[in-house]
Amino acid sequence: MASSTIASPSASFIPTKKELGRSAFSPASSPFSVPKCRKSISKKIVSVMAPQQSERKPAATGSVKTAMTMTEKILARASEKTHLSPGENVWVDVDILMTHDVCGPGSIGIFKKEFGQNAKVWDREKIVIIPDHYIFTNDERANRNVDILRDFCAEQNIKYFYDIQDRGNFKANPDYKGVCHIALAQEGHCRPGEVLLGTDSHTCTAGAFGQFATGIGNTDAGFVMGAGKLLLKVPPTLRFVMDGEMPDYILAKDLILQIIGEISVAGATYKSMEFVGSTVESLNMEERMTLCNMVVEAGGKNGVVPADSTTFKYLEDKTSLPYEPVYSDQQARFLSEYRFDISKLEPIVAKPHSPDNRALARECKDVKIDRVYIGSCTGGKTEDFMAAAKLFVASGYKKVKVPTFLVPATQKVWMDVYSLPVPGSGGKTCSQIFEEVGCDTPASPSCGACLGGPKDTYARMNEPKVCVSTTNRNFPGRMGHKEGEIYLASPYTAAASALTGYVTDPRDFLQ
Amino acid sequence: MAVSYSSLLSTFSAAAAFSETKPSIGPVSSQAVRFPSISSVRPFIVPFTSNSPVVRNQRASFVAPRAAAESPSSATTSPTSFHGLCYVVGDNIDTDQIIPAEYLTLVPSNPAEYEKLGSYALIGLPASYEKRFIEPNQTKTKYSIVIGGENFGCGSSREHAPVALGAAGVAAVVAQSYARIFFRNSVATGEVYPLETEVRVCEECRTGDVITIELGESRLINHTTGKEYKLQPIGDAGPVIEAGGIFAYARKTGMIPQSA
Repeated sequence: MASSTIASPSASFIPTKKELGRSAFSPASSPFSVPKCRKSISKKIVSVMAPQQSERKPAATGSVKTAMTMTEKILARASEKTHLSPGENVWVDVDILMTHDVCGPGSIGIFKKEFGQNAKVWDREKIVIIPDHYIFTNDERANRNVDILRDFCAEQNIKYFYDIQDRGNFKANPDYKGVCHIALAQEGHCRPGEVLLGTDSHTCTAGAFGQFATGIGNTDAGFVMGAGKLLLKVPPTLRFVMDGEMPDYILAKDLILQIIGEISVAGATYKSMEFVGSTVESLNMEERMTLCNMVVEAGGKNGVVPADSTTFKYLEDKTSLPYEPVYSDQQARFLSEYRFDISKLEPIVAKPHSPDNRALARECKDVKIDRVYIGSCTGGKTEDFMAAAKLFVASGYKKVKVPTFLVPATQKVWMDVYSLPVPGSGGKTCSQIFEEVGCDTPASPSCGACLGGPKDTYARMNEPKVCVSTTNRNFPGRMGHKEGEIYLASPYTAAASALTGYVTDPRDFLQ
Repeated sequence: MAVSYSSLLSTFSAAAAFSETKPSIGPVSSQAVRFPSISSVRPFIVPFTSNSPVVRNQRASFVAPRAAAESPSSATTSPTSFHGLCYVVGDNIDTDQIIPAEYLTLVPSNPAEYEKLGSYALIGLPASYEKRFIEPNQTKTKYSIVIGGENFGCGSSREHAPVALGAAGVAAVVAQSYARIFFRNSVATGEVYPLETEVRVCEECRTGDVITIELGESRLINHTTGKEYKLQPIGDAGPVIEAGGIFAYARKTGMIPQSA
């Protein structure tokens, strides 16, 4: 295949501020500098991080020249190159392209205009179309957008279209799944070593499977629809090493909020975030997905967790396509490495109005709240609901003090919530526990109010309220109302807060 | 300096003039220009003032509206510069502030909905921004240059964000740094030219200042304060922008066939 790179002939990698945030990537290593916009961090947080190491100097051996990180390897394979370095621009073959009801119609419009009204997509089995954002709404345009997807899928004979036609009863739609990133995983579209692009910022979630996954816009997606490839710049990698036994009251959400609070919302801009260490290895797939999900909130291009037996086991009954995992070379060069002793971590929240506005949950115990929201690709998976239910059980089935909204991410999650027994409850399901403590009935699976959406969206914040949420962003107006205040938190912290009516450290109930 | 009719006109004409060389994913043709050919279009333009909306040529196929207009006044600026009023925002302006999620049912590749998207640009900014980006009852902005701080455009991958800004009448954004997807989408769509500065211009400029950007010289001039600033080179995105966007670049380099 004819491929060209835009890299300047003088160097395969030209460090400019745009690509690197504010750190310079050069063999003469310079310390990773902190952007000026960094918010002040509470001094009370125990330092769980070793001093940042500057980039390791390459050893004087020939093998170093070909040493690559996971991300570099995946992109090299996908662009048919033997070696890639950060900063190179390459045409990458795409294994899976995902789009949904918000960005699909626009991407389809561009595809048709650029490739022709009668053009065919590059591969009808590699495009996965998942309506999930504005589904259970009377908004006519939102409903029309799902129709546009349906027409396109029929015309193109798209193999994977998770359609919904009966909005009144989600269960009456056998194909409908729900939140795209969770559906991709549950339906076996995520595979180690592959390249997955999606018209959604949280496409990075799939990096949990040891693949390169990132969000793109309509124009890029329209291009991929016709060409099956995209021009991508190879990102340098930040490595996050997490060791130590994970305390009972800590979840992956706490890990990523800690990291984002540490490096800021632009700390990983144009970079890959690689998560390794014994703690990461102890996480199940859904927790790894939570970790990678919020990579974009640090500005990250993609997140990766090396595939292991946990990954392979998860994939056993989900995909029959062959895959080949890749792993960072021993001598691979990382831009920076951060080390965490997770055993010392305390439950974290991100206060309004930024995901990097980190604070300890216990420091916010005087913040009165109006509601709790448990849902989204970040915090609406089966494991997330199990965690919330476990905390309610541990509390002795106290009643929630504020409206507590539950939005399972997908049909499968909804079914799990209604069928799986919660450990320590004597065989009760999540749904029974939720009902007993007074939560709202679990709603139809979709993205729901995570991003506000049409005004009639369930649990949308239409008035200024204070909400503890298991979602991913809390910028002004995120859940609907500009003056709404959103505290991002783990499912444990969200459940604990529901029980008290204040932002609450889950240790109040779990220990 | 009071904003005069002629300076506002030149704002508009500068933006339109620049469109000739701006990248375009516009499907009008495989060429980069967003201007429709004169023979096929008879644009009807009401001079662009803060009190009257610009009437756009209503073509059935998608045409970037700014390119559809031709100003009757003489453009004093070259195609590689911008001139107009700036609107100043702070750090971490996320996509929900640029275009709140409730408006994402609008499909950018649909001409009428493209216009509507523009009318909602930056409507998500908190009330602390006393000067609104678009006046009530208006659908276009009078500020053709947005000046931001760090991490402009963070958050969602929604292409609606640069599209809304472009549809509203923004020609260029000048920020200290960008979130990657927003930057990529700006380059891919050609809707706004994403420029960077080292200095915190967002602290040195005020909304309403008159700005000239000389692209060729990488200079930003604030006529109101009399100060000048250096712009960062466009970097790796340059060849893509110069070719006319990702599609044009791909055709130029043989990645996809020439004719659509």
